[in-house]
Amino acid sequence: MYRQAKTGKLLIEILPNKCDFCGCCVGVCPEDAIELKEAEIYIIDERCTNCSKCIWSCPIEVIKFNKEGVLSKSLA
Amino acid sequence: MKSDYDIIVVGAGPAGSMAARFAAEKGVSVLMLEKDRDVGYPVRCGEAVSKAGVSEFIEPDEKWISSHINNFALISPDGTEATIEFGDAGYVLERRIFDYELAKTAAKAGAEILTRAYVNGLLFENGVVSGVKYEYRGEQKQLSAKIVIAADGVESRVGRWAGLRTFTDFREMECCVQITASNINVEKNTLYFYFGQNVAPGGYFWIFPKSNNAANIGLGVSGMVGKKKSALSFLNNFMSNNFPDSPILTSIAGGVPSSITLEKISGPGIMLVGDAARQVNPLSGGGIASGMIGGSIAGRIAGEAILRNNLSHILSYDKEWHNRLGKRHEIFERIKNGIYNFSDDKFNKIAQSFNSIPKDKRTLGRLFTTALLNQPSLLVDIAKVFII
Ligand SMILES: Cc1cc2nc3c(=O)[nH]c(=O)nc-3n(C[C@H](O)[C@H](O)[C@H](O)COP(=O)(O)OP(=O)(O)OC[C@H]3O[C@@H](n4cnc5c(N)ncnc54)[C@H](O)[C@@H]3O)c2cc1C
Ligand code: SF4
Ligand code: SF4
Repeated sequence: MYRQAKTGKLLIEILPNKCDFCGCCVGVCPEDAIELKEAEIYIIDERCTNCSKCIWSCPIEVIKFNKEGVLSKSLA
Repeated sequence: MKSDYDIIVVGAGPAGSMAARFAAEKGVSVLMLEKDRDVGYPVRCGEAVSKAGVSEFIEPDEKWISSHINNFALISPDGTEATIEFGDAGYVLERRIFDYELAKTAAKAGAEILTRAYVNGLLFENGVVSGVKYEYRGEQKQLSAKIVIAADGVESRVGRWAGLRTFTDFREMECCVQITASNINVEKNTLYFYFGQNVAPGGYFWIFPKSNNAANIGLGVSGMVGKKKSALSFLNNFMSNNFPDSPILTSIAGGVPSSITLEKISGPGIMLVGDAARQVNPLSGGGIASGMIGGSIAGRIAGEAILRNNLSHILSYDKEWHNRLGKRHEIFERIKNGIYNFSDDKFNKIAQSFNSIPKDKRTLGRLFTTALLNQPSLLVDIAKVFII
């Protein structure tokens, strides 16, 4: 099961345990769809449009486009 | 802690601390909230700053100065090094201590500070911002405030919640990686800037020396470049070509919203400062000093607004910032667009002709003049920097 992204399916995946919590992706996300705490990050699926801007802006390449869809945090 | 404050500042970076301090100096109640455990850490910064930029706000202190800078070296793609001497120009900081000391000046002025407080929403009353919601050690809480100052850095979400358009176009986001490496044999008093398509297209690659043979080494590329090649792969290339076996002490990612200031940086009950307002010098990517200036103006105006019992006074902040630095940044932005689009060939030619000027006559002005010979239309913009 997929969590519901704005487009119906969340295709953006922040690779687990690889993020540096730098905020680049959050700063460019037009939908305010990324939650970033001191050492926790996740996409708020209901807001995400799968536009990919966060992927292009991640300096260390830890966000990926996953055409299969991304599982929910609680289910993963 | 109280349940309502005159002013709440979100984020305890240089901009937030200055906003809190200058507001508290007016005698009003101020609370600054920071999501991380420590003020000043982690450090996502090259840490270079001009002496004038910091001394306006804090007496220079060796405990947060890592090295003293009096030389700039600009290295063109073919390796030609153009150096400029500057006298006592600036510092490479120890920001972990610097940010902490800045926060202490806010505390000394009377501001309260709470870390581990993650702001995740705003309160509104009749459409006007009236406080913040935040998570503190797993508990959801809220606090009222007459004015909220968003100093929440590059990620900056607070301004959006207040209805301001604050997200950064991905093409204007300088996506950065930096390491602090040891056994880097460079001059301790020199900032090194490398240009060229192979090292940092559309920006620059830096080596900023720290004490004891260590240096901050990094680069930023626009999200447009990042689409094809990430900052990390540029850094890895550079290191394996130049310093393959250097021990790495820290490594971080970070973003610089490298654009002109947002069109609106205040609204009913809300003010934005520092990176959150895009108060970064778009030519250098430096945002420490300009963020402190923005923060100090906003803090003072917010304090005045409370004392005068006239909250619409905060709307005068936009204009004051614009006159102090915003206008200048617009010109820097145009110069940046001219210079960073130079081809490798042009950079090489500029460095070579610059080096033919006798060393004691080399100034930043001369460098620009040399660059101008290659791009005369920049002249008007550069002239404006010196006139304003
Ligand atoms: C790699 C890199 C190199 C740089 N090099 C230089 C340089 O050499 N010289 C220079 O002048 N500038 C440099 N900069 C830019 C400089 O670091 C910033 O412009 C500066 O830190 C901005 O200060 P600030 O106070 O606005 O934001 P920050 O210093 O980013 O502080 C924002 C604070 O807000 C907190 N925060 C964010 N969201 C929340 C929330 N929801 N709730 C609570 N707290 C929150 C954050 O944890 C953070 O502590 C560099 C930037 C990067 C990324
Ligand atoms: S894909 Fe677009 S909308 Fe979704 S999180 Fe990334 S930037 Fe935001
Ligand atoms: S840009 Fe990359 S490293 Fe930075 S917070 Fe987003 S996912 Fe993490």
